[in-house]
Amino acid sequence: MQFEDIKRQAMAQWETTQNSTKPRILIGMGTCGIAAGAGDILETIARELEKAGIKAEIIQVGCIGLCYAEPLVEVIKPGKPSVFYGNLNPELISEIVKDYLVGDNPRPDLALGTRGEGALEGIPKLFDLPVLKPQVRIALRNCGNIDPADINHYIANGGYDGLRHALKMKPQEVIDEVKKSGLRGRGGAGFPTGLKWQFCHDAPGKTKYIICNADEGDPGAFMDRALLEGDTHAVLEGLLIGAYAIGASEGYIYIRAEYPLAIRRLQVALQQMHECGLLGKRIMGSGFNFDIKIKEGAGAFVCGEETAMIASIEGNRGMPRPRPPFPAQSGLWGKPTNINNVETWANVSAILQRGADWYAGYGTEKSKGTKTFSLVGKVERTGLIEVPMGITLREIIYGIGGGIAEGKSFKAVQTGGPSGGCLPASLLDTPVDYESLTAAGAIMGSGGMVVMDESTCMVDVARYFLTFTQAESCGKCVMCRLGTKQMLDILEDITSGRGKEGDIELLLELGQAVKDGSLCALGGTAPNPVLTTIRYFRDEYEAHISERRCPALFCRPLVTYQIDPEKCQGCGICARACPVEAISGHKREVHVIDQSKCTRCGTCLSVCPPRFGAVVATSGEPATVS
Amino acid sequence: MGISQPTRAPEIIREQKEILLSQINEILESYKGEKAELIPILQKVQQKLGYLPEAGLKQIARYLNVPESTVFGVATFYAQFKLVPTGRNTIRVCRGTGCYVRGAPQILETLERELGIKAGETTPDLEYTLETVACFGSCALAPVVVVNDRVYGRMTPDKAKKILARKEEK
Repeated sequence: MQFEDIKRQAMAQWETTQNSTKPRILIGMGTCGIAAGAGDILETIARELEKAGIKAEIIQVGCIGLCYAEPLVEVIKPGKPSVFYGNLNPELISEIVKDYLVGDNPRPDLALGTRGEGALEGIPKLFDLPVLKPQVRIALRNCGNIDPADINHYIANGGYDGLRHALKMKPQEVIDEVKKSGLRGRGGAGFPTGLKWQFCHDAPGKTKYIICNADEGDPGAFMDRALLEGDTHAVLEGLLIGAYAIGASEGYIYIRAEYPLAIRRLQVALQQMHECGLLGKRIMGSGFNFDIKIKEGAGAFVCGEETAMIASIEGNRGMPRPRPPFPAQSGLWGKPTNINNVETWANVSAILQRGADWYAGYGTEKSKGTKTFSLVGKVERTGLIEVPMGITLREIIYGIGGGIAEGKSFKAVQTGGPSGGCLPASLLDTPVDYESLTAAGAIMGSGGMVVMDESTCMVDVARYFLTFTQAESCGKCVMCRLGTKQMLDILEDITSGRGKEGDIELLLELGQAVKDGSLCALGGTAPNPVLTTIRYFRDEYEAHISERRCPALFCRPLVTYQIDPEKCQGCGICARACPVEAISGHKREVHVIDQSKCTRCGTCLSVCPPRFGAVVATSGEPATVS
Repeated sequence: MGISQPTRAPEIIREQKEILLSQINEILESYKGEKAELIPILQKVQQKLGYLPEAGLKQIARYLNVPESTVFGVATFYAQFKLVPTGRNTIRVCRGTGCYVRGAPQILETLERELGIKAGETTPDLEYTLETVACFGSCALAPVVVVNDRVYGRMTPDKAKKILARKEEK
C-alpha cells in the first residue's frame, strides 16, 4: 500500500474517533504513571463503566508531563472540552465515572483543567495553568495525546510527513534544512546537528551507520524514556531522515535495559513500520533502503559516550578511545557513523514536518528551539517539561515547578547530571541556553534538573555525584580511575568530620588534573559537581572542615539529636520508633537519647509529633543534654 | 565493579552444570556465532538462568571463537551481569539524584537492616537480592524501589518495610 493511502486511512480512523458519540478516556500509562497506580485506575474505570452500562473508548497514552499529579486521566465527552483529573485513586475515579459519565457533573473539585474548545464552569483551562503556560511542546508534541502503540495515531497527526518531504529533497538539501534550523545536539554537548551530519555525509565510503543514543544514564533524568514511551515514532522518523541525509542503510538504537517499556514500544513500532513500508527496501517508493536494530545496554554509564557505545555495539567492553578519528570518519565497524540522542531525533522529525524557519522562531540567537527537562527533587510540581531556550531557571523552578516543596527555601539547582554543576540562588535569573549555563559553571546536559533546598548538604551532593562517576569510570585513564577515587576519599573525610586544612585546595588541583587527564567526557566532566559546589558553596566546605559542622544538618557524623526536656510530653513515639533502642524514658516523662547508642538516623526527629517538636538536631556544638 | 563472593557452595553449582550447559546450548543455537552477538547472548543466558555460570562463559567463548578472557572481560565490565546466583526476588533501590535528595539512603538502610544484608548481597535462603541502581528514570516519584518488575514510588522507610511484610505473607 502507498503511504498516501495509509495516511488517508489513518486520518479517517482518527476523525471517526474524534467525532465519536462515545466518551473517550485517555490514561497516562508511562512507567511513572504505572508506578503511581495507573494500572489500578485502568481496571477500576473498565469495571465501573461496565457496571453503569456505558460504552466508552479507553486509550492508553504516554506521559503528559504532570508527574506530580500522577496517576492522570483525561475524560472527553462528545461536544465538550476534555477534562483532566490528577492524583487519582480507585475511589476518586469511581466517583468521576458516576458523576461525570453517568451524570453530567464534571466535578470541578477534582479536575485539574480542561483542554479544547469551550469551557466548563469552575474548571480552568489546562494550558493556562502556571505549570503549562510557559511550555512549548515540540519534541513532546504528541506525548499524552496519542496511543504510541498505534502508528496510525502518529500518521494522522502529521507523522512521517517530514520523511516524505525529506525524500523529495536531495540529501544535501536535508542537511542544509537542519543546519538552517539551528538545532544542536540534545545529548548534552550541544554540537550543531547539521554540521555533524555534514561530516558523516562527506566522509568517503559506501557503507555508513546511524545510531540513536537512548542510553539515558544521568541519574535524575528521564526525558528520553518518556519520549520513547509516549511518542516512539517521532524519534524513529527523525532517525530515518538522518539516515537518508548521511547515506546510511543500517541504524541502531542503543537503549538501556532499565527501560523495559520503552524497549517494548520500540519493538512494536519497528514491526508497524515494516508493515507500512517505512522500513526495508524502497521506502515510500524512493530509492532509500533502511533497517533498524535494537541494542540493549547492559548497565554501563560510560556507554553514553559515542566511542564507548560503538565498542559496546561491536560486542566489546564499553571503553572510549581517543578521537580523532571521529565516528563521522571511522565509527561502527570502522565505517563513518553518526550518533544523535533521542530528543535530537524527535526535533529532526518536527523540523522536516514544519520547516526550519518555524523551528528557529523559538529559542535564542545561538540556542534554537526548545529543551526538555525532567524537573525533580525538592520542587512542588515535579514533571517532564519542555521549554523554549532562553527561559530563566527562576521561571522554570518557581513558575512551572511552583517553588520549593514543604515551604522550605531554595539552595541550589543541579543541571547536567554527574557532568554538570550546582547553581546557587544568585544565578536563578540565568537563561537556559548552552552558552549561559556553561559560563555559570554548569552545563545544559541531557536535561536532568534537580532542585535542592536548605536541607541538602552541598558537600554531600558533591560526594554523591563523585561516588557515581568513580564507580562508573571504565578504568582506562589513570586520572579518571584513581583521581576520582582520591577526590572521593577526601570528600568522605570532610563529610564524616575528618576534613583537614588544605583539602579544598587539593580538591581543586585534583579536579583540574582529572579533567585534563581523561580521554572522554566522563572523566573530563566528573569533577564539575565538586568544582561548582566549591565555587558557590565554599562556606559549607569550610564549616565541615574547620568547625566540624554541617549547616544543612545532613552529614550524620556531624549531627547530634537531642530531646528538649521543656517540650517533650513523654508520648513514647520516638522510643518505639528508634531502630537501635537508644531512647529511654517512661510514659509521660521526659525521654532521653543515649548518644553512645544513637546512629543519627533521624527517625526520632521525623516521628516526633509536630505539635510537640521536641526532638532537635544540631551540628557543630556540644550536646547540651546527656 | 568487582565480583562478589559466591553465595552457594561450589559443589551445588557443579551438580547443576550439565543441565545448565544444555540450556545454554539451546540459546546459542539461535545465534550466528558473531562477536557482536556476545552481549545479547550474555543477556539471554542471564535472563534464563538468573546469572552467568563460569562453565557457560567458557562455552560461549568457544561458540563465538573468542578467548575466554574476552567473554569474562565483557561479563565483568557491565553492571547488569551477575556471576553468582541471585535471590528469587530482587529488590532494587534507586540511587538517582532525584531519589537521593528525597531520602533514598534511609530507604536502603531500612531494607539492609530488615533483610540483614548489604546492597549487592543475597539473603542466605536465596529469597532476596538487594541491589542499587543508578536511575530508573521515575524521578518524579522519588524515592523509588523496584521489586522484581514492579515499581513502587514515593517510598518511605515504613512503606519499604510493608513491601517486605507483604512478600513474607505469600
